[in-house]
Amino acid sequence: MELLSLQNISVAYEKNLILKDFNLHIQEGELISLLGPSGCGKTTTLRLIAGFLEAKDGKFMFKGKDYTRVPVNKRNFGFVFQSYALFPHMTVYDNVAYGLRLRKVDQSQIAKRVQEMLEVVDLKGFEKRFPGELSGGQRQRVAIARALVIQPDLLLFDEPLSNLDANLRVNMRVEIRRIQKQLGITTVYVSHDQEECFSISDKVAIMNKGIIEQLDAPSTIYKYPTTEFVARFIGFNNFIEYGEMHNDGSVVTLHGAEGTRLEVSHRSGHPLTDSMKGAIRPDDLLVATDSECAEGVGGLTAAELASGLNVINGSVKISTFLGRSYQYVVDTPLGEFTVNREMEQPFDRGTTVKLVLPREKVVLVQSSK
Amino acid sequence: MKEKHRGLALFTTLVFIFLLGPLFIIMATSFGDSTVLKFPPEGFSFRWYKNIFDVEMFMTTFKVTIVVALAGNLIALLIGVPAAYALSRFNFKGKGLLNTIFISPILIPGVVLGFTMLKYLVVTFNLPIYTSLLIGHVVLMLPFIIRVIASSLSNFDYAVEEAAMSLGASRLKTFFTVVLPNIRSGLIAGVLLAFLESFNNVDISVFMTGPGVSTLPIQMLTYVENYFDPTIAAISVLLMAVTALLMFSIERLMGLSYFTKNN
Repeated sequence: MELLSLQNISVAYEKNLILKDFNLHIQEGELISLLGPSGCGKTTTLRLIAGFLEAKDGKFMFKGKDYTRVPVNKRNFGFVFQSYALFPHMTVYDNVAYGLRLRKVDQSQIAKRVQEMLEVVDLKGFEKRFPGELSGGQRQRVAIARALVIQPDLLLFDEPLSNLDANLRVNMRVEIRRIQKQLGITTVYVSHDQEECFSISDKVAIMNKGIIEQLDAPSTIYKYPTTEFVARFIGFNNFIEYGEMHNDGSVVTLHGAEGTRLEVSHRSGHPLTDSMKGAIRPDDLLVATDSECAEGVGGLTAAELASGLNVINGSVKISTFLGRSYQYVVDTPLGEFTVNREMEQPFDRGTTVKLVLPREKVVLVQSSK
Repeated sequence: MKEKHRGLALFTTLVFIFLLGPLFIIMATSFGDSTVLKFPPEGFSFRWYKNIFDVEMFMTTFKVTIVVALAGNLIALLIGVPAAYALSRFNFKGKGLLNTIFISPILIPGVVLGFTMLKYLVVTFNLPIYTSLLIGHVVLMLPFIIRVIASSLSNFDYAVEEAAMSLGASRLKTFFTVVLPNIRSGLIAGVLLAFLESFNNVDISVFMTGPGVSTLPIQMLTYVENYFDPTIAAISVLLMAVTALLMFSIERLMGLSYFTKNN
């Protein structure tokens, strides 16, 4: 069931339009991440949902009601800040109890619910401490307890882990996901850390310049980015641009000059437009010598390769040792390509090689202008 | 830099003597026994301290000074706290101008300010002297209150206020339960500083005194015009003591560096 929707929302900061005609729909119970480079509008979107910002245009619907003009203190959403934002003059207990006291819950109920919540975040016994006496991870857990104890209708996270060190970050994100599932609470999570978003979310929205480029399950985004921006963002470093496109159902073919072609297995439901590019990760792209190609490489036969199908000629420009593998930057008539290959003896600079693109590893993406 | 600079040490000593010497002379003379200000003092007595309490005008003007400083402080707080909050938390048109207006009493010479107030408050609007004196001191105190509180607010993470609001607190509730407890030391420092500013003020008060209404510093001036006994030295020592005590409290509360920072 749809819980909330942003409809044609515009947000301006001073004279800059940060969000324009923005749309987002969130289902009940899911954890959705907003991911993107800084300045993409993800925090703005979150703050708009929270009620810290007002939309210039558009509508914010929540549980079928118009929430566009509902002030932040009447929304009953929990918000967890990057800076924790605990009340420095209050104990852990008072911090967590703050929202309940405002709701005039009676003392014994407050005590019970605060205890329960401190148990959920594993902070029993810390009631009398002040925020200044806690570590970063503990503070953030108090902040989460404080946001959860009011039984919010929606939970919002603004880069909650970016002030923590790497190990703690991994533990905390597992914790956050566990608590979110345990309580079944709809959550919007903002981060610029790709791994973090992918590991905890039901869905990820990749944002760029105030629009959502793609909204999908993490595994779908990882395997099948739909736009050039998303592809670049998640590590598809190589793009192939050919002229004409031909679609015969299960296979899409892009035609280049002098008979060169790129065949890509086509996923049903994936929309095709005229400006598509092939994209492939450095780990999936193959680099081979002429003699290797004569025996067929990456599911393509020698004859196919010889006819210019899914192959690009080039020469090694830079070779870098990565430990497990070597990374090559290969100069080709279509530009530079990055490719990784595990091998004992690396190619020398200037070696003539062929780049082979396996059909099922290439993804067609909408090119960004 | 362990190297010793004899010249520098000598120079520093001279500066200290220059700055503090007169204060020591005043202190010494206040305990003298002769009827004129004299240094070195002759004899030793507390009679001039006792004399302060015998001169009725000192006591009445002292009361006026205290009442004006306290009441003015309260009014300055009622105006200054919301103003400081708005200036540090919101962006609006004319913010820079408003900021300048609130700070301007520090920049404008006190005599000019005092004279202008005399002209408008007393002459044009015909307000009672006591009221004019109070208004003058509110204007005098406002910049200190605003600056110190704005400075406290700028050190306080706005996200904490947002957190309170997201938990259901209104802006006002947030201010009283979350902001105020955390800027308390700044608030107290601002109050003390403004109090001192008002308590020791001469240049505005001098225009706002009339029959029956005068402040202690003005009364001291008047006294010196007529008498030249060490009573004035004794009062000065007491005023220095009060000022030093208050400054010490401010320093303990938030550090004097607070006021030298540009904010």
